Amino acid sequence: MNIEMRGINKSFGTNQVLKDAGFLLKDGEVHALMGENGAGKSTLMKILTGVYTKDAGTIFVDGVEVNYKNPQEAEKAGIVFIYQEINSLFDLTVEENLFMGKEITKGFGICDKKAMREKAQEVMDRLGVSIPIDAVMGDLSVGQQQMVEICKALMVDAKVLIMDEPTAALTQSETEVLFEVMKGLVEKGVSIVYISHRMEEIFELCDRITILRDGSYIGTEYIKDITMDDVVKMMIGREIGERFPQRDVTMGEEVIRVENLSHPRYFKDVNFSVRAGEVLGVSGLMGAGRTEVMHAIFGNMPEATGKIFIDGKEVSIRNPREAIAAGIGFITEDRKTEGLLLEKPISDNIEVANLKKVSTRNILNPKKQIELVKRGIEEFRIKCFGPQHECHNLSGGNQQKVVLAKWIYTEPKILILDEPTRGVDIGAKKEIYSVINDLAAKGVAVILVSSELPEVLGMSDRIMVVHEGHVTGIIDAATADQEKVMTLATGGSL
Amino acid sequence: MKKEKNIGAIVGEYGAFIALLILFVFLSAISPEFRQPSNLLNLLRQASFNGLIAFGMTCVILADGIDLSVGSVFALSAVICAELIMMGMPAIVCICGALVAGTLMGVLSGLLVTKGRLQPFIATLVTMTAYRGLAKILTDAKPISRLAESLTGGSFLFKALGKGNLVPIFAKNIKFPIPAVILLLSFAIFYFMLNKTTYGRKVYATGSNAKCANLVGVDTQKIKISTYAISGFMSALAGLMMISRVNSAQPTLGQSYELDAIAAVALGGTSMSGGRGKISGTVAGVLIIAALNNGLNILGVQSYYQDVIKAIVILVAVLSDRKR
Repeated sequence: MNIEMRGINKSFGTNQVLKDAGFLLKDGEVHALMGENGAGKSTLMKILTGVYTKDAGTIFVDGVEVNYKNPQEAEKAGIVFIYQEINSLFDLTVEENLFMGKEITKGFGICDKKAMREKAQEVMDRLGVSIPIDAVMGDLSVGQQQMVEICKALMVDAKVLIMDEPTAALTQSETEVLFEVMKGLVEKGVSIVYISHRMEEIFELCDRITILRDGSYIGTEYIKDITMDDVVKMMIGREIGERFPQRDVTMGEEVIRVENLSHPRYFKDVNFSVRAGEVLGVSGLMGAGRTEVMHAIFGNMPEATGKIFIDGKEVSIRNPREAIAAGIGFITEDRKTEGLLLEKPISDNIEVANLKKVSTRNILNPKKQIELVKRGIEEFRIKCFGPQHECHNLSGGNQQKVVLAKWIYTEPKILILDEPTRGVDIGAKKEIYSVINDLAAKGVAVILVSSELPEVLGMSDRIMVVHEGHVTGIIDAATADQEKVMTLATGGSL
Repeated sequence: MKKEKNIGAIVGEYGAFIALLILFVFLSAISPEFRQPSNLLNLLRQASFNGLIAFGMTCVILADGIDLSVGSVFALSAVICAELIMMGMPAIVCICGALVAGTLMGVLSGLLVTKGRLQPFIATLVTMTAYRGLAKILTDAKPISRLAESLTGGSFLFKALGKGNLVPIFAKNIKFPIPAVILLLSFAIFYFMLNKTTYGRKVYATGSNAKCANLVGVDTQKIKISTYAISGFMSALAGLMMISRVNSAQPTLGQSYELDAIAAVALGGTSMSGGRGKISGTVAGVLIIAALNNGLNILGVQSYYQDVIKAIVILVAVLSDRKR
């Protein structure tokens, strides 16, 4: 299927998000769509699939002008959008989700369970994933939920598949499975539009790339003709320099030591320590127990046992309040459900972690409030209308900066960051890396959990690898490479 | 944030007040009796009972809960006060005893919600039923009357709660009902508490996203329990004002009061899923309900029709508030 979009304009209120944007998709190719957050990638694709209506411009599918009124029409034509946000009913089973709205019936609205189960299993097999089809969606890991979303798209006979950051929550092995599936689909003549911030993936997978910046079309290139630096330059309109900024820090004393941290379900005998000014990367496959270990350190896992020493003294941490009092900050994996008061403005979000700072004897002090929030917005360069900008309206990168600001103003001695750059564009990513480096320079002990291997390798001093709840190795980042980390992450030894 | 706001945003933000204004203008225009100052003061007194309960309810709902037990707490606290009076305690002991009891009843609801992990609706349905039963057991399901006369000391204090008036020195002909004074004072305290203190911030944060609030060090369980405690205290206070006014206590007092309180909170634009809302909105909601009750009575509308009209007003107000 060939798709041609030309001169697309779109405004939301006074905010013009697309200006003369365009896009050309050829039969049977994987076409990357790149741009910073807010560049208009998702909006452009939502216009194609009829989620939004365009203000101006034309869309041709196989030479015929089309105007899909809603996603169902686009789906009938064979264009399927897999959204970044998981669009599932979490209380229902996998099978019920897969067939939502397109149940196979025996007539009279009576579901044909058997036929549906068979078809679901067939699609799962085709994808090479093993998710129990009777499992309740909400009980699955984020990665598994994403896989179900992809299965859902494959249930209809898609000719064009639009994938918005499909690998953001997938493990390395799940990603590999997904890529195999995608390659298989392309061989059958399906075209794929691939929206991602992960440069490595795009260079591995895609044939061509189209870049948008500030809602405008910048260019389309063959992947084999350009370099990552070219792409970055096109995306941000200037040179960005090194992806991982240099850090020049002399490490101090050991700040935190964890001994024999165990949990009956998630992990066993975790031992490690971090020094002042050090960045400890934590790598491992999704579900390996990395996030759970961090929650345990933060007192958010009541069943966990083990000892935690801070500045050489054993501390008892039974809940997040005691963790904060002990000098720990925790930027959690899921900023939407755990990191932010999403419907509240930036000001409330920064203040809520720093209530002591903005009050006098428990009474809020407006002067201190404004000062702190303004400082946050300036220091972290949060793009917003002002302190009252509600967080759900911010881009992913700016949301993450709010979370960073909120925690950094609590002045932690130890800062845990769990997937801090997930869903964040390249410009904001680099800013976050700089923030991490500044913290390390100030003597903060940083623990960086990440699924992105280049990030862990580029940012850490040492890397701890977790496999199925066990630490399989702590290696020096200077001598580490992707292969070594992956070996440990999959349970091998060096 | 844009400085200029369009009309839609203003209506959205002050919807309840606009509705209240329209209602007042309308009722005043068609009923000379309604617009009498004495009637308006009376209206304020009538509003005070629901108002106090609705203030507590606002806190609970802001922290993502709901309190169905308010009517039962109202009755059980009143009955406890009456029993203490009959035991010969001085007024101050009876009043404080009832307030402490009401607070503890709220704490119990809060414990069921947090430590007991019951859904707020279920937990307070349980306490609502239990407290009502206890009130009946305590009184043998009979009213206790002649309260003021039975008091050994401080009957003045007891009488003032519900019946008293504050007469300003400069305008001797205006009698300001004590319940209305308590309502205004409570409003000032709640406004301060929710908007100007760290406690208020924690309540909003808990209701907005308890997981996130907990991770930044807010003891969300404690906050939730405290909101139920506040709700219990306010219900008890309203109950005391009521038995002072009617000079008798019976276990059937305050039945279905939770509905008026929840309606007032909803009218005021507070989100039923917590985190969003204002105490000033609740005040408007309370006054709308009181004005409707009062105005429709004066106009001689039959009580069955009154309920239907009330329902329609609530529906319209809440629907118009949703357009934001």
